Amino acid sequence: MWTGAYRFAAACLVEKDFKVRYRNMSLGLFWSLLNPLVMMGVMTFVFTRIFSNPNTRDFPISILCGLVPFNFYSTAFLTGTTSLVDNSHLVKRVPVPREIIPITTVLANCLHLAIQIGLLLAIVLIWGKGVSVSWLWLPVVWGFEILFVCGLALIGSSVNVYVRDTRYVVESANTILFWLVPIFYSFSAIPPRFREIYQLNPIAALVMALRNILLEHHAPAFSLLWRLAAVSCFTLAAGLLIFRRLQRRFYTYL
Amino acid sequence: MALIEFDSVSKWFPHSGGRTLLRNHLVRWVTRKHREKFYALTNVSFRVESGESVAVVGSNGAGKSTLLGLAAGLVAPDSGTVERKGRIATMLELGSGFHPDLTGNENLMLNASLIGLNRKETSEAYDSITDFAGIPDFMNEPQRTWSSGMVARLAFAVAIHARADMFLIDEVLAVGDTAFQEKCRAALADFRRKGGSVLFVSHAVAAVSEVCTRAIWLDHGQLMLDGSVRDVLAAYQGKAAIAAQVAGAPASRHDIDAP
Repeated sequence: MWTGAYRFAAACLVEKDFKVRYRNMSLGLFWSLLNPLVMMGVMTFVFTRIFSNPNTRDFPISILCGLVPFNFYSTAFLTGTTSLVDNSHLVKRVPVPREIIPITTVLANCLHLAIQIGLLLAIVLIWGKGVSVSWLWLPVVWGFEILFVCGLALIGSSVNVYVRDTRYVVESANTILFWLVPIFYSFSAIPPRFREIYQLNPIAALVMALRNILLEHHAPAFSLLWRLAAVSCFTLAAGLLIFRRLQRRFYTYL
Repeated sequence: MALIEFDSVSKWFPHSGGRTLLRNHLVRWVTRKHREKFYALTNVSFRVESGESVAVVGSNGAGKSTLLGLAAGLVAPDSGTVERKGRIATMLELGSGFHPDLTGNENLMLNASLIGLNRKETSEAYDSITDFAGIPDFMNEPQRTWSSGMVARLAFAVAIHARADMFLIDEVLAVGDTAFQEKCRAALADFRRKGGSVLFVSHAVAAVSEVCTRAIWLDHGQLMLDGSVRDVLAAYQGKAAIAAQVAGAPASRHDIDAP
């Protein structure tokens, strides 16, 4: 089989995705910063000025805690889903391990994510929230989100080879999830009987964990953490299994 | 040692392979209609020993590219087995891993990693690759500004540096200008002299006889003949000439498959 250097090939593919994306933007990385800031401003205006809102304190950072994970999830899941079809020339002509393609697509989005996390932390500091020990939880919760999205991308990309409509299903799912993730509302606004379901959604769980860590300076609840970990690991395992199963006929359908 | 061994390999494709919309899947599921199969290869057995160079000849659609895809491990057979040993590198389509927005150097790195070199091997081979490609002025320019001949040059230069026991080559020797083609031939001859193997698909008779000692002839997915290059080419060309005469045109001497 393929005897190459897995990590070197992965690094080169991530670098390619990243360079290609930013080379065609005159403002480059600036766009990564501008988009969440504009969204934060607009949503703060709508949900504090147009709709009345009892807790307007910290509202902008609270929103940013929702937007950064959601943006990463939605872009990485969508580009991951189309990655095999977009790179069909590689799949059909070069015997690299196929799972490297959706995974490196997600990892290329992580560079973008790192910039947005930097922005989020900078704004938290400017807001005067300060650093706390609970920040040590940040790599853990972000790590689980990346695992989760890798799993989704493996499933999405392999199914998309067989049914090209998959990307539209993913787009719709992302739109729906924008409302079902507590981006512009808080965990306490969710009726208690739905709370457990919210905790099972890793994106929602991450948003809540970020608010715990950055705004309230305490570690996320254990009930939330183990669900985040379990669902993320399960999704990744399912993704790898489904991908292995479906990749036998990629050549035929690409 | 056999690097590649095909044992009664068959491979079929669904007749409407391109239809991958939800609608098509639903229609098929509702009507319960099984797809018609198109056999690209039927019951093909052969082996390539280490150090041997084998040509695959046959008209368009005979199954040659499918055979290389199976040998490269890009696709699994539907029945039979394909055994592969050693490092097998592909030259199936030059520049397939290239991205138009990347510069020559960036494409070089990316493709070296895709053919299986590690970081150290890539930096060691770097000078040799750029020398071989011979387009130093363009290595820092994005590939979309390159001519197609230049892309092929760099792609071949990277591919030939794969540390392989065997190359699978699909019609890619006819790239670049005459001087570069000569360089490619010399590099390949050098590779074979050092004990490397080649599985070579080509319609160019001259190249086939130069590179290979053995040949196999595929026709409509079946192995017609496996033997020395001279015998197989004679049999294949004989059949092609007859087919051409039936069609009322003289057979081309240089290009078996034309027009």
